[in-house]
Amino acid sequence: MRKLINDPADVVTDALRGLAAAHPSLRVDPENRTIVRTDTAGSGKVALVSGGGSGHEPLHGGFVGYGMLDAAAPGEVFTSPVPDQILAATTAVHGGAGVLHVVKNYTGDVLNFRMAAELAEDEDIEVATVVVNDDVAVEDSTFTAGRRGTGATLFVEKIAGARAEEGADLAAVAEVAREVNERSRSFGVALSPCTVPAAGRPTFELGENEMELGIGIHGEPGRERATIRPAAEIVDVALTAIDADMPLAGEELLVLVNGMGGTPLIEQYIAFAAVSDWLAGHGATIGRSLVGPYVTSLEMAGCMVSVCRLTPELARLWDAPVETPALRWGR
Amino acid sequence: MSGGPARPETLDAAMITAWIRHTAELVAADAERLTRLDAAIGDGDHGLNLDRGFTAAVAALPGEPDPPGRTLITAGRALVSKTGGASGPLYGTALRRAGKAFGDATEVDAALLGRALRAAVDGVQELGQAAEGDKTMVDALAPAAAAYETALAAGGDLPSCVRAAAEAAGKGAEATVPMTARKGRASYLGARSAGHLDPGAASTVLILRALADVVGEAAG
Repeated sequence: MRKLINDPADVVTDALRGLAAAHPSLRVDPENRTIVRTDTAGSGKVALVSGGGSGHEPLHGGFVGYGMLDAAAPGEVFTSPVPDQILAATTAVHGGAGVLHVVKNYTGDVLNFRMAAELAEDEDIEVATVVVNDDVAVEDSTFTAGRRGTGATLFVEKIAGARAEEGADLAAVAEVAREVNERSRSFGVALSPCTVPAAGRPTFELGENEMELGIGIHGEPGRERATIRPAAEIVDVALTAIDADMPLAGEELLVLVNGMGGTPLIEQYIAFAAVSDWLAGHGATIGRSLVGPYVTSLEMAGCMVSVCRLTPELARLWDAPVETPALRWGR
Repeated sequence: MSGGPARPETLDAAMITAWIRHTAELVAADAERLTRLDAAIGDGDHGLNLDRGFTAAVAALPGEPDPPGRTLITAGRALVSKTGGASGPLYGTALRRAGKAFGDATEVDAALLGRALRAAVDGVQELGQAAEGDKTMVDALAPAAAAYETALAAGGDLPSCVRAAAEAAGKGAEATVPMTARKGRASYLGARSAGHLDPGAASTVLILRALADVVGEAAG
């Protein structure tokens, strides 16, 4: 296993120590495993808490700060955090106005956040929950656990975070979070698998000329294996799947081309060029955009395309100032 | 009954504690296999997570055995707070519900254990929203509870009921191989999940086998 680690058992702890050392604006509690914003204590604003497995950096700890999350609870690699941890994060940032939990739709995340919300309510903390489920690769029916939460998690956290920063109440923050989720879709492609440090072997194997279409963010195989194609054709598969689910023609879009952790920026920009061409050819416009590794799967190669149909209000909230380790503008 | 070693008619606090410890041993011994099963259709961490969870459950056990119900609730709470993933809340809930069903009893007889198993199945189904045939731990756990009840109704004693449950869990787990997953992370693979043993069902087998082993040893 060729990884820059000390011990597979200490991966999350050591990474948290580094995060704390690099970003004095965050308070990292290694015991409870929480990452908390230090500048909002007693502000009385609605607090946003998210979390999930580690290995998706900068999600979620890298999005803790002004205009976005108040706290994050990182679990073990690709494993949801436990209720105690989520409760510790919730309690640490509750300022009296309630807490929004942003949860990706994975069974473990949903169950652990639900248990944590119950524990928080026992302590008279009002909790609202938004479950992000933007991934069109999963058939959404009563026969699955539902669509996964992937790239749109960033959209939800940024826009709802901006709304909370303005002083909106919990119901209003939760409402805009759900609106962003409903207007967002994603599709991911893996060009290589990744290796969970504690397991020490790749999560799946790909032949020299193979790729996985319709992946999530946990190194799990996708819906279908295919022969590697040029970037423009891969983007066409992704956007065709998204467009079939949520027609894009005539829409102004927020677009994220997200690197999965092992793909260089030059290739992500090649993908973005293809996205731009595809959308222009299908009557949609790019209103706002973001390119980079924001919701990763360790060292997996490949990319995910996420889009959100903007409204003027959502665009305004996207543009609002943000100051976190991984996302920063306007301030 | 004449001749041979006495067969236990009840589980006491020491045996419940032994069950949790033995489950932790079986999970640790099988962690690699569980993780490999999970890598095929999930993200490959089930064995690692469950090993961490049951290690915590053993560490949480009291020095002097509490009543059986209290012990299971303590172990279940530890599983919830240390395991992560879906298996933590699900197995933690199973043990806590079983523990609540035991109430204050200091000796758990065959009928009470049957009610606790049923409570565990109900708790897991309620939380996970999975039914039999969804390719989850329910496919091992529900047949185990049903086989236990059948054996009990036929006049079986505690060891034979537990053995029936463990065997049914094993068969139930094997039956998940051809299924298409409809819950949990494996469901994202759709038809590609068929042909693989469900890791959650496989770990449920270990928990029931551990109970059968503990009861069997007590029977000599």
